Amino acid sequence: MSDMNLALQTFAHEVDELLTEMEDALLDLEETPDDAERINSIFRAMHTIKGSSGLFGFDDIVAFTHEAETVLDQARNGQRAVDNDLISVLLACKDHTAHLVHHFLTNENEALPTSLQEQGKLLIVQLNGEKHSIVTSLNLPATQNEELDQLHVETKSTNSSDNWVISLDFKQDALRNGMDPLSFIRYLSTLGNIVEVITSMPNQAELEAMDPESCFLCFKIAFNSSVDKQTIESVFEFAAEDCDIHILPPYSRQDLYLKLLENQADDQLKRLGEMLIDIGALTNKEVVEVLAEQQLDEVSAEKPIGERLLEKNIVQQPNVEQALKKQEAVKQKIAKEANYIRVDAAKLDHLINLVGELVISDAAIRLVVQKKGLTDVDDVASTMGHLVEEIRDTALQLRMVQIGETFSRFQRVVRDVSKDLGKLIELQITGGETELDKTVVEKINDPLTHLVRNSLDHGIEIPEERLMAGKPEKGTVRLNAYHQAGRIVIQISDDGKGLDPERILAKAIAKGLVKPDQTLTENEIFNLIFAPGLSTKEEASNLSGRGVGMDVVKSNIEALRGSVAVTSKFGQGTTVTIHLPLTLAIIDGFMVEARQERYIIPLNMVEECVEMDSDEWQMDELQHYVNLRGEVLPYLRLGNFFQSHQKPVLQNSNTPQRESMVIVRVGDARAGFVVDELHGENQTVIKPLGKLFENLKGIGGATVLGSGDVALILDVHGLIQYAQQRLPANMLH
Amino acid sequence: MNQLIHKKQHNELAAQEQLHQYLTFLVGKDNLAISILDVKEIIEINAITEVPMTPDHIRGVINLRGHVVPVIDLSARLGRGCSEITKRTCIVLVQVEYNDETQLLGMLVDAVDEILDLPETSILPPPDFGADIRNDFIQAMGRVGDEFIILLNINRVLSVKELSQLKKIADYDSNHERIESII
Repeated sequence: MSDMNLALQTFAHEVDELLTEMEDALLDLEETPDDAERINSIFRAMHTIKGSSGLFGFDDIVAFTHEAETVLDQARNGQRAVDNDLISVLLACKDHTAHLVHHFLTNENEALPTSLQEQGKLLIVQLNGEKHSIVTSLNLPATQNEELDQLHVETKSTNSSDNWVISLDFKQDALRNGMDPLSFIRYLSTLGNIVEVITSMPNQAELEAMDPESCFLCFKIAFNSSVDKQTIESVFEFAAEDCDIHILPPYSRQDLYLKLLENQADDQLKRLGEMLIDIGALTNKEVVEVLAEQQLDEVSAEKPIGERLLEKNIVQQPNVEQALKKQEAVKQKIAKEANYIRVDAAKLDHLINLVGELVISDAAIRLVVQKKGLTDVDDVASTMGHLVEEIRDTALQLRMVQIGETFSRFQRVVRDVSKDLGKLIELQITGGETELDKTVVEKINDPLTHLVRNSLDHGIEIPEERLMAGKPEKGTVRLNAYHQAGRIVIQISDDGKGLDPERILAKAIAKGLVKPDQTLTENEIFNLIFAPGLSTKEEASNLSGRGVGMDVVKSNIEALRGSVAVTSKFGQGTTVTIHLPLTLAIIDGFMVEARQERYIIPLNMVEECVEMDSDEWQMDELQHYVNLRGEVLPYLRLGNFFQSHQKPVLQNSNTPQRESMVIVRVGDARAGFVVDELHGENQTVIKPLGKLFENLKGIGGATVLGSGDVALILDVHGLIQYAQQRLPANMLH
Repeated sequence: MNQLIHKKQHNELAAQEQLHQYLTFLVGKDNLAISILDVKEIIEINAITEVPMTPDHIRGVINLRGHVVPVIDLSARLGRGCSEITKRTCIVLVQVEYNDETQLLGMLVDAVDEILDLPETSILPPPDFGADIRNDFIQAMGRVGDEFIILLNINRVLSVKELSQLKKIADYDSNHERIESII
């Protein structure tokens, strides 16, 4: 049973990947409808899903994908034109397949609900319904034929000597076997124009000895035609046994072959012969002959087929070279793909957990070494420490994935939504190669979808409005990602109508979020859109606008220890910027102590540490800022700040003699934390605090120290925000 | 502890008599009990790391073999003020349900007493009023001789939803405050 489940899981994964691939290919196909490779990959996706569904006995999926496959096969063979309608239907088919698979995976033994059945039928009708109309216009050529057609025109117009050269060496018994050379040549003329025939008799015997029933004739025929090599060869099919046939392609064919080689799909490794047959430079029969020869020829059995083909003058040098080059490229590509292995994410999580424990144990060892003063062990321990650090980094790297895949999913969203809304929208993606932790990627998807939809729905205007505003008809939504100071920054921007500060303010006042007499800066107003219950769109559309969402986006992102902010120019566009940590598992931390409690500050946020100098800074209990080299720096006393919200503690806390200030930076904001003691860097394994503390601001998690104690990790961003709302109130006391 | 183990063995023998087992403990001067089935383990108190900016009844977090586990001060949760930590103070680890997940929580009590066997007939419904503990916290009353002992409904007392909800309400207020304070 569990085996079956495993297999089903693999099936689900496979289908998922194939469908994603198919979607990508379909979207690409919109741009380049003739791309044979894309059509092929779509066909393969459907085909493979059909096959694997059959294995599990999901007959409904088989039946449905079979229909889609049939249509795709027609498209592949050029019997059906690939237009936008077909692509739309196929996209719907992709979704439907996903639904089917989902249905069978969740309730394996239940019959298909009628809604899905109906949908399936409808799609099949759509798939096939247009077939008739398309078949009538069957003259729409597929890629290869089209190029041949063009060639036909070219040959006529440019070079009359650009002909096929066919040489026929009839054997002596040809006539006896009932072959009439002339009839073949006559038949050949139905396929094209025979320009010239040179007849020779190289094996001519003495006239007296000549047997009139034997054939001594050889023909060289210059033949002008647009048919391919295979067709020409088939003319002489019957004579094959009594005649040596060599067909040399015209010069213009060379270029065509090279071009076809270039365009050949490079997803699977083919043998040289196969490649040449595929492009038509070689016929099956020729390959079989050469191969048979290769087997017989024991002396030079090692000689590669390419050389043999050249020797026999069946194909030309450039073609073989190109084919070999192509083959090499495909080999490399496949080798590269084979370098990946699929690993169960749960195993990876387990590994990361273990590495976390290892890091804690390492800290414990260091602590013991220091305490006991074991200098000889110290070296070994620090070597191990470095290794542990490296293992940690590598293990975390394993979970890093590029954000590009997440981004490119939005191509589909943008396409669908812009069709629904009657807008012209283009999605530009940059920074797709930026890497971040898989767990973060998974959790960022929902907020991102929401933000992109917001841009599409509220941001970009309809084409007429855009033209009136003097903007290009087509709107642009940009997704960008980059690393900054140990965090990842994701930006969603559009060149739409922007946020209207007045409307937001009016709405916020109406909702009681802001008092009417308050004055806010523009940016403060924009960031009000993240407050609960604020949506400025008058009517709710089916995409967004119900006033839930932006606050959910914000809380989702903050749950990842990230932050989100918006900037906008009315009439010109909006940019939403998300800052996220790279990983959720282990960080480099900086340990400080305040009032006998230890806290960890993420190291990448620590800018510097300075010794407190009360005289120089003239600090008092009223001011909460200092002059740091000419800049105003707000600070908070970590101990006091936390203590004042705390239950009574049984310790008498005297401010120690020397305090230090840790200066932290989040984005553009800087602040100082005054602490009693600095303990320096350590690797911090983040332990979640659990559901109980999920609403707690300012504390991002906990970690277990080498001593076994628990230390809290500060969420610097949250803490600064919290301090902003807290401090003014405190100062009133 | 030995006594407990001894009792436990004894109880296993008596299991066929449909006895329900409860762990009794002291909170302040009161004897309270929870079903033994809810108890994962009982540990001595060691360092508790306090979590700032949380209500009084959240005492802090401890390291339980590498896991960070929150500790709830039962006395404060029942509205009787924070417990003083003494030699006899214990942490009872219990597992509570939340959104189909189980969460391990520590419950700080002043002392663990014994394991009580209560026959079905000695378990009575809670009084409508009269107890100084919130009504929904009481699962039932156990009769021991002439006295009653309150049997707590641990999933209510240590409801993760409620414990974190309290914070949420506080946060909501401060959110309002913040929007005002931006100005």
